[in-house]
Amino acid sequence: MVTTKPRTLYQKIWDAHVVERRDDGTCLVYIDRHLVHEVTSPQAFEALRLAGRTVRRPDLTLAVPDHNLPTTARRDAAGQRIPIADGESAAQLAALERNAPAFGIRYIGDADREQGIVHVVGPEQGFSLPGATIVCGDSHTACHGGLGALAFGIGTSEVEHVLATQTLLLKQSKSMEVRVEGELAPGVSAKDVVLHITGVLGASGGTGYVIEYTGSVIRALSIEGRLTVSNMAIEHGARAGLIAPDAKTIVYVKGRPYAPKGDDWDKAVAWWQSLATDAGAQYDKVVVIDAADIAPSVTWGTSPEDVVPISGQVPAPDSFADASKRDAAAKSLAYMGLEPGQPMTSVEIQNVFIGSCTNSRIEDLRAAATVLRGRRKADSVKWAIVVPGSGLVKAMAEAEGLDRVFVEAGFEWREPGCSACLGMNPDKVPAGERCASTSNRNFVGRQGPGARTHLVSPAMAAAAAVMGHLTDVRDLI
Amino acid sequence: MEPVTTIDGRAYPFGQKNVDTDVIIPSHWLKTITREGLGRGAFESLRQDPDNLFDSAEFTGSPILIAGDNFGCGSSREHAAWALLDLGVRAVIAPSFSDIFSGNAFKNGILTVVLPQDAIDRLVEVARTDPIHIDLDSQTVTTPFQDRFVFEIDAFRKECLIGGLDEVGLTMARGDAISGFEDAVRAERPFLARGVELAA
Ligand code: SF4
Repeated sequence: MVTTKPRTLYQKIWDAHVVERRDDGTCLVYIDRHLVHEVTSPQAFEALRLAGRTVRRPDLTLAVPDHNLPTTARRDAAGQRIPIADGESAAQLAALERNAPAFGIRYIGDADREQGIVHVVGPEQGFSLPGATIVCGDSHTACHGGLGALAFGIGTSEVEHVLATQTLLLKQSKSMEVRVEGELAPGVSAKDVVLHITGVLGASGGTGYVIEYTGSVIRALSIEGRLTVSNMAIEHGARAGLIAPDAKTIVYVKGRPYAPKGDDWDKAVAWWQSLATDAGAQYDKVVVIDAADIAPSVTWGTSPEDVVPISGQVPAPDSFADASKRDAAAKSLAYMGLEPGQPMTSVEIQNVFIGSCTNSRIEDLRAAATVLRGRRKADSVKWAIVVPGSGLVKAMAEAEGLDRVFVEAGFEWREPGCSACLGMNPDKVPAGERCASTSNRNFVGRQGPGARTHLVSPAMAAAAAVMGHLTDVRDLI
Repeated sequence: MEPVTTIDGRAYPFGQKNVDTDVIIPSHWLKTITREGLGRGAFESLRQDPDNLFDSAEFTGSPILIAGDNFGCGSSREHAAWALLDLGVRAVIAPSFSDIFSGNAFKNGILTVVLPQDAIDRLVEVARTDPIHIDLDSQTVTTPFQDRFVFEIDAFRKECLIGGLDEVGLTMARGDAISGFEDAVRAERPFLARGVELAA
């Protein structure tokens, strides 16, 4: 009888994709799915063109514009494209629109119903599949790990490498298990779970690892919640995040436009069911988190690791053991305009952003709408927008009447895209103002020069909008 | 990529330490769609000074840059390598480089040469008035004054640079292995082999 060593989910996916192994351990790894957007692809296409190269597998590649698109109307009443004022944004978008068809790649255009943020579109279209290797020139590609895909961000040269060869030269990462056990309290969401994990591990705690999220809390999450958790793997430094595909995953994928059909489907399901980590498989590191410790969470600083429960306070820089963290915390507080010891619920906000590849799926919008139904944003909140992750999410939300809930609550209901997650388009938070944001990065200037970001869940963002300050959503439900 | 065997010519006697990618190419240059033209943004902040090295008649267009410790630290932006290439730089000599920068430089055919600080000091002195010669095959940097410094380089990188082989080209040469793998996937996991062609 053949016995094989017990393997982790990561090891199984890795083994299934190694084309060749070099003596130094570097592997040529096959890439099953490649998502392309307008920001990191122009120079890759340019290089292919200069070298007279083609795209090896255009059928495994999908192009969608998202970062630069305005979230206001893109067509006028006559159906004509409304020009984009920022010339550089327009040039990046035009380059993708030109390059995709020129290289035979399926392109979802700015006015198509399927358009959206790459990391929302991939799973939604059934393009991203469990057990697949998925790359994109974007650091939040780990998102697709929520389906059990090995997904990670790459640079422009690697985009070119994948386009030309459908492979990458990689060294295997170490493996880490982050096990979240117990049951989440009411009002605590997937976003709070991943913010809490980031607080525990620190922004570089996962560096050099691929993290598998396990435990009863992760199993209980919906697929959308799992995508939210895996999305932020990079925020604790991990190369990728993974969650084992299970019955929920299979139900989620079934019937989507590019999902396997017929005979293929049965084979796919059988393989996906074999991927879970074997009993007795060893991780290089294991971190266990108790669900009872996870509260609705907010960030106070300019690193995603700067997490406290909403009932907490702004920490004093002196409270950190590490000298460089003390420095960083002092700088963060100066940038954020916060005082040590200040209760988080006293922090007034002027802007609310519900969107980004972390939290713009239908469930996120439902969670925010549940809090907002029959309520209005505080007058002190000047700008509140909801940016659905895709045109399909938008249509679904409208069919459920969520758009009306948002509009009646004083929110703007926008077209899909990255928007104020990074402000490459006109959606920016003004300098010195605060934003309760459902996105994934609170870096200096991320949402606009001088903008102050507090990362929260969709329900917490809605609660902050209603009260005009950071608020424990549990007081409103 | 153009093969790199020898690099000959004047060298910018720059010598600065901890030059980060923001100094090499400021972030407002990142919204471009081509690699070309980034040379204009290279060292933009330093070039505000009318007497800067990079625009001086004597040094402009030099193929070699001599820098201090930790060159290319900061972000992973590949634009830093593109900007140097567009400026005409084919080799950077420094006591150390950030890993990401040297990887990006290599991918774009720029040779990064690591030499100890005293060698750097001597080269900066020579470069002010005379040319520098780099020979990749013998892994040496020499001057017209009998200076000779030997440097280390990863064997794989050396082979790629001398052959003018970029990583993409090298992997394309493994096309048969990739095709073989694709055939196996088609047989075992056909659902992964089919992509957007499934669209009705
Ligand atoms: S929504 Fe934000 S994090 Fe996600 S892909 Fe867009 S810019 Fe990146």
